[in-house]
Amino acid sequence: MTKKKTSNVIIFCILCVLVVAFLTPIFFVLINSFKGKLFISNNPFALPTAETFAGLTNYVNGIEKTGFFTAFGWSAFITVFSVAAIILFTSMTAYYLTRVKTGVTNVLYYMFVFSMIVPFQMVMFTMSKLANMTHLNNPPGMVLLYLGFGSGLSVFMFCGFIKSIPLDIEEAAMIDGCNPLQTFFGVVMPILKPTAITVAILNAMWIWNDYLLPYLVIGLSTNYKTIPVVVQYLVGSYGAKDLGAMMALLVLSVIPIIVFYLTCQKYIIEGVVAGAVKG
Amino acid sequence: MQKTLKRYFPIFVLPTLIAFSFAFIIPFVMGVYLSFCKFKTITNAQFVGLENYIKIFADKDFVNAFGFTLKFSVVSIITINVFAFILALALTRKIKGTNLFRTVFFMPNLIGGIILGYIWQQMINAVLLKYETTLVANPTYGFWGLIILMNWQMIGYMMIIYVAGLQNVPTDLIEAAEIDGATSLQTLFKVKIPMVMPSITICLFLTVSNSFKLFDQNLALTAGAPSKKTAMLALDIYNTFYGRSGFEGVGQAKAVLFFIVVAVIALGQLVLTRRKEVEQ
Repeated sequence: MTKKKTSNVIIFCILCVLVVAFLTPIFFVLINSFKGKLFISNNPFALPTAETFAGLTNYVNGIEKTGFFTAFGWSAFITVFSVAAIILFTSMTAYYLTRVKTGVTNVLYYMFVFSMIVPFQMVMFTMSKLANMTHLNNPPGMVLLYLGFGSGLSVFMFCGFIKSIPLDIEEAAMIDGCNPLQTFFGVVMPILKPTAITVAILNAMWIWNDYLLPYLVIGLSTNYKTIPVVVQYLVGSYGAKDLGAMMALLVLSVIPIIVFYLTCQKYIIEGVVAGAVKG
Repeated sequence: MQKTLKRYFPIFVLPTLIAFSFAFIIPFVMGVYLSFCKFKTITNAQFVGLENYIKIFADKDFVNAFGFTLKFSVVSIITINVFAFILALALTRKIKGTNLFRTVFFMPNLIGGIILGYIWQQMINAVLLKYETTLVANPTYGFWGLIILMNWQMIGYMMIIYVAGLQNVPTDLIEAAEIDGATSLQTLFKVKIPMVMPSITICLFLTVSNSFKLFDQNLALTAGAPSKKTAMLALDIYNTFYGRSGFEGVGQAKAVLFFIVVAVIALGQLVLTRRKEVEQ
């Protein structure tokens, strides 16, 4: 027993060191975001001093150069509505595909499953051109596209769960005079809630952080830029780098994620495990 | 019941199906067709047969990207899974602060690839500053930078899955092994690892497909510099589409090839490890 205790103490110490190592990059960006932009490259690991401290200048610069709050708004708009649409429509589709057994539903189901293994690059060019031609190059259009892209995994996960729900409850509801819509929203949807949370978290994480789809479809010229797009826009290829503004912007982009994570941690971790096991 | 529900197709399936067609079905079919065409925009395609595919193999960048992706995938899959499994073993020993450790280790996973890439670009450049060099001076730096970045991001995720797997190993099984005089290493290799094989399948699958399809982190960290030596397949395809006028067809052909490679690897790996799972 004592042998186990000493090894646990050693493991505890190693884990503490690892925690510090894991947090270093975040702190690194944080301390540098408060330094004057010309001082950052001199001694990047030093804390800001009276001479190098720049207050919130970098934050003001970064926000002005990129319109960060507008980007935050569009990121939130696209994420919230896409996730809502995915939950609503793919759960209905999954219900139909599981309960109605025909050749058509079978083919559709396998098409959704198939889409999960196709890398984005395969459809990247044709999809963004098609979206331009059909005027989907705006936030509501993005919601439609995310519903389409998210449907593979989401339909698959909902189907897996709906299969395990006994038919009796639904049949009882039908006999009581419910039409399929009433049955679905009144009886099936409440049972689906845990899966719906998992699907919502997996999709929210992906859509919030997605860079390529909004960049290709909406582009840089409009005011609909999302957070990953403005970060790339500021740091990527445009003119002389303002390291200070960049650090500030990175901090600003990480804050909403950490807040979201710390408030919904339980659901996120459960969702990720459930999603991985089913996916 | 089936009959009544069947009539509700337009409400239950159509919205998803329309979105799915715009985002996936039509672009996919067009993509396959256009890989045999020469085109600038998708409306003026001209059929050229296998020409695009032949051009791929003369493309040094693509061959290099393929090698880089393969090398990167092998190293990152091994490191991520080994470290994640060790951490999971440590976190299932009921040590104080387990929850805090888990929270911290998982956190990087939620941060998007573009942002992660730039955070690490700055970190690594700051370290390399002491040696008066930068991340893009040498492809080896870019390679290991990407490995460190992906480990930082993915270890927590895989760790969570391994923890869930390890917690499901029945304690009486481990106790029985201990009573029979098994050392802790023997318990690990003869009991725990065979029992968490399903988790290993999942983690391998996730890391394999994730490493092969990596794009955002690659773009943000080095964007392929120096001279496309650190570009992975997804980035190379992107560059072919948007960086070289007149090569859209070649880009699409590369994308088809990429899709086939990803599909074969993912499915092959799934079949292989599923076979090794023990009935519980």
